[in-house]
Amino acid sequence: MSLQDKRQTTRQAVSNGERVVLVAEKITKRFPGTVALDGVDFTVYGGSVNVLIGENGAGKSTLMKILAGVERATSGRLLLDGSAVEFKSTREAAQAGIGIIFQELNLYPNLSISENIFVARELTRGGVVQHRLQEQVTSELLARLEQPLNPATLVRDLRMGQQQIVEIARALSQNVRILIMDEPTSALTAAETEALFRIIADLRAHGVAIIYISHKLEELLTIGDYVTVLRDGKLAAASPARAINIAWIIDKMVGRNVNAPRHRTQTNASDQPVLEVKNLSLPRAGGGFTLENVSLTLRRGEILAIFGLMGAGRTELFECLMGQHPEASGEIAINERKLRNETIRGRIDLGMMLVPEDRQRLGLIQKLSVAHNITLANLRRFVTSFWLSEARELAEIHAMIRSLSIKTQDPQQPITSLSGGNQQKVVVAKSLLTEPQVLMLDEPTRGIDVGAKAEIFEIMNQLAEKGLAVLFVSSELPEMFVIPDRVIVLSKGRVTGEFLHDQLTEEALVLAAGARQQTEHPITAQPSK
Amino acid sequence: MPTALASPAGPVLAKPSGLSLGVLLFRLRALIALFVLVAIFSVLSPAFFTEQNLIILVGQTAINAIMAVGMTFVILTGGIDLSVGSTVGLAAMISGLLIDRGLPIPPLGVALYFNVPAIVVLCLCLGVLVGAVNGILITRFNVAPFIATLGTLYIARGTAQLSNNGATFPNLVGRPDLHNTGFPVLGAGSILGIPIVIWIMFVFAAVAAFVAGKTPFGRQVYAVGGNERASELSGIDVNRIKMSVYMICGLCASMTGLITASQLVAAHPAVGESYELNAIAAVVLGGTSLSGGRGAMWGTIVGALVIGVLTNGLVLLGVQEFWKKVITGLVIILAVVLDQLQERLQQRLALKRS
Ligand SMILES: Nc1ncnc2c1ncn2[C@@H]1O[C@H](COP(=O)(O)OP(=O)(O)OP(=O)(O)O)[C@@H](O)[C@H]1O
Ligand SMILES: [Mg+2]
Repeated sequence: MSLQDKRQTTRQAVSNGERVVLVAEKITKRFPGTVALDGVDFTVYGGSVNVLIGENGAGKSTLMKILAGVERATSGRLLLDGSAVEFKSTREAAQAGIGIIFQELNLYPNLSISENIFVARELTRGGVVQHRLQEQVTSELLARLEQPLNPATLVRDLRMGQQQIVEIARALSQNVRILIMDEPTSALTAAETEALFRIIADLRAHGVAIIYISHKLEELLTIGDYVTVLRDGKLAAASPARAINIAWIIDKMVGRNVNAPRHRTQTNASDQPVLEVKNLSLPRAGGGFTLENVSLTLRRGEILAIFGLMGAGRTELFECLMGQHPEASGEIAINERKLRNETIRGRIDLGMMLVPEDRQRLGLIQKLSVAHNITLANLRRFVTSFWLSEARELAEIHAMIRSLSIKTQDPQQPITSLSGGNQQKVVVAKSLLTEPQVLMLDEPTRGIDVGAKAEIFEIMNQLAEKGLAVLFVSSELPEMFVIPDRVIVLSKGRVTGEFLHDQLTEEALVLAAGARQQTEHPITAQPSK
Repeated sequence: MPTALASPAGPVLAKPSGLSLGVLLFRLRALIALFVLVAIFSVLSPAFFTEQNLIILVGQTAINAIMAVGMTFVILTGGIDLSVGSTVGLAAMISGLLIDRGLPIPPLGVALYFNVPAIVVLCLCLGVLVGAVNGILITRFNVAPFIATLGTLYIARGTAQLSNNGATFPNLVGRPDLHNTGFPVLGAGSILGIPIVIWIMFVFAAVAAFVAGKTPFGRQVYAVGGNERASELSGIDVNRIKMSVYMICGLCASMTGLITASQLVAAHPAVGESYELNAIAAVVLGGTSLSGGRGAMWGTIVGALVIGVLTNGLVLLGVQEFWKKVITGLVIILAVVLDQLQERLQQRLALKRS
């Protein structure tokens, strides 16, 4: 089914019953040293999907936090059903029927899925939490999202994408009139995204107003009814979705041409393998394997992508390469040197470096400044005699900020004051400063805008041209066709396909990724059929 | 709300670039509190602001400050060390034992006597050893710092008592024929008119501030306290950092033990009891976050001085011991409350300017 068809069908359902439920008028929000929002008007229509788009740091999340009662506007007002409201907390916003799925995961890792979903709203009888009931409701929600997870599983044991599903389930469990989704699909693969879209269509048919933020432009036009574009904290444009196309969006949000990421025509991949993985297996608690006999070779100057569905074992593969699973078996060699029990530091020194998927938990030190996060992985480089040379540090930091165009007022700012996408760039910057020979990126474009995405791909291209080997994981099918020289497909922990750039077809990729997928049943240790 | 919604933490070690006067004053609140206290006590008691009393005061403070310096490293990683008080006692007792009886070697039926510098070094090593035990329990056996150091608190105290069956080693002046005289100099001597104790505090504080602020090790200490797993993935050897901070903390505690024994010219097995709480109080007063990742060494020194001034001043005023405790507690709580207010105020003021 083409995008066009989908748009037709969704459009028809919209036609009647749209009315304005929430208006944000002349919203201004100042942070020390920054104007995040500057007199923005935003209208939310009931029974519609209201799309909000803009570059990293444009102010999308800030506006949503104001609607949801997390932050208070410096000036401007909110009109709910025509009357002015002011929310002092998420609780007050929730009482008014506004729910939010935050951009950054906001779960309690030490609690189970169902406890997370009902946190602060526990289902009780006589003051006692009804765990069975909660788990039952949770199961139903997860079934709707087509993720048959066990509701008693601790959130800490879930993969990133699954955690995002839990966030969504939590928002769905509250009966809301306005549901804000701030990049809900950033860690989801195509299949889960489809499931989410079906739910969105359902909610919309029931009159719920959805506010939807994403950097996946194709997605926006598939499900959006109204599109609002922010640029540098100002309203850049607003239009019904049927009147516009992707080029229009890019033009309004970036205001310049975004060069499509180029494919390096003559790859200078030498025959010299940098990284060799042989028969890597990772047993799973409760039987079976998360990774089974995975072998791959990565050459100098090559960009290799790993494609697969959620639970295919891609993140685990990276974790094994960084030595985080001592129980894994198999051989890993870098520059023909076999790895044994090297620590992460040892591996970094040998030239390996990972940009992890979960930037909040694994990528950043929230209490340090932007500057200190950037230099963290290679402090030795800045030591003169015994101490850190601030001048040398700053020089490199500014160079990185420039080359990755990280949007920050001052590198001494706390990292938490950057927008999500810019935080991601900081993690990439940190990895580049270790001067890796094998750079592994786990979903490097998660939450990054089109312009920045092109920049990151261009950086990967340049690194490969300099002779680095780049290994990256992505759930984005289109990305497979752009920069990698080779794509390896993982399914249920096994290599089920390998394609050179010119052999790639969408069908072949999807087929390989779905291989042996029928018995897929993540996390819950059920006997495999 | 969990982590992601937490208010943005203030920049660590960031330069106060163009801060307004109000914010700046607030930042230096511990220092201001110190001046206010000094002013109050100077007015109320003529004996307070005299050279003699100030030297006594700083000397008393030094003991706590040296411990607190070590404690700051531990707390910056998000840990805690409850065993420092007992380590003080152990180091004091072992220094007493080595001077009084020497190191007994049972099979030969003789005892080995060391000169004072060697004794100092041995006792410092002992403190490092206690820290290493803490570190191993915490890193290798995954024991929570609170519990691991609670255990070593008892063990070290018990060992201190065992070393002389609960009795004091009196009169630690040494004997000329054994070449181990001179121990009291550490606590009572002075260089250029300033007591050696104060010099030691100075050196410890300066080195610690340098290490915390200017070296890769220091940066890594902050990182580990901020986010352990992310630090690990950035190639930081988290276990090594944790081992090191507990060893540093043990070193500082044993230095304190030596100084106390030297000042008293005696080693009592109960010496240093509940000192850990004073050290923690100084660190917290100095603005270091108990959850790790934020704080500064100079703050700790100021914190120790505030406690020192309070104790000394209240004694001079003849305030009853019990009231002294109540007041100290109030000051600690007030400081932490102000700390919370500061963040909000700072944001609001910064907003007004922009
Ligand atoms: N607490 C804060 N303190 C200071 N500045 C902040 C704070 N929160 C956000 N900002 C700034 O406000 C601007 C808008 O941030 P926001 O998170 O709304 O962007 P966004 O559009 O959601 O971007 P992304 O697509 O990367 O998520 C950014 O420049 C950011 O640095
Ligand atoms: Mg955002």
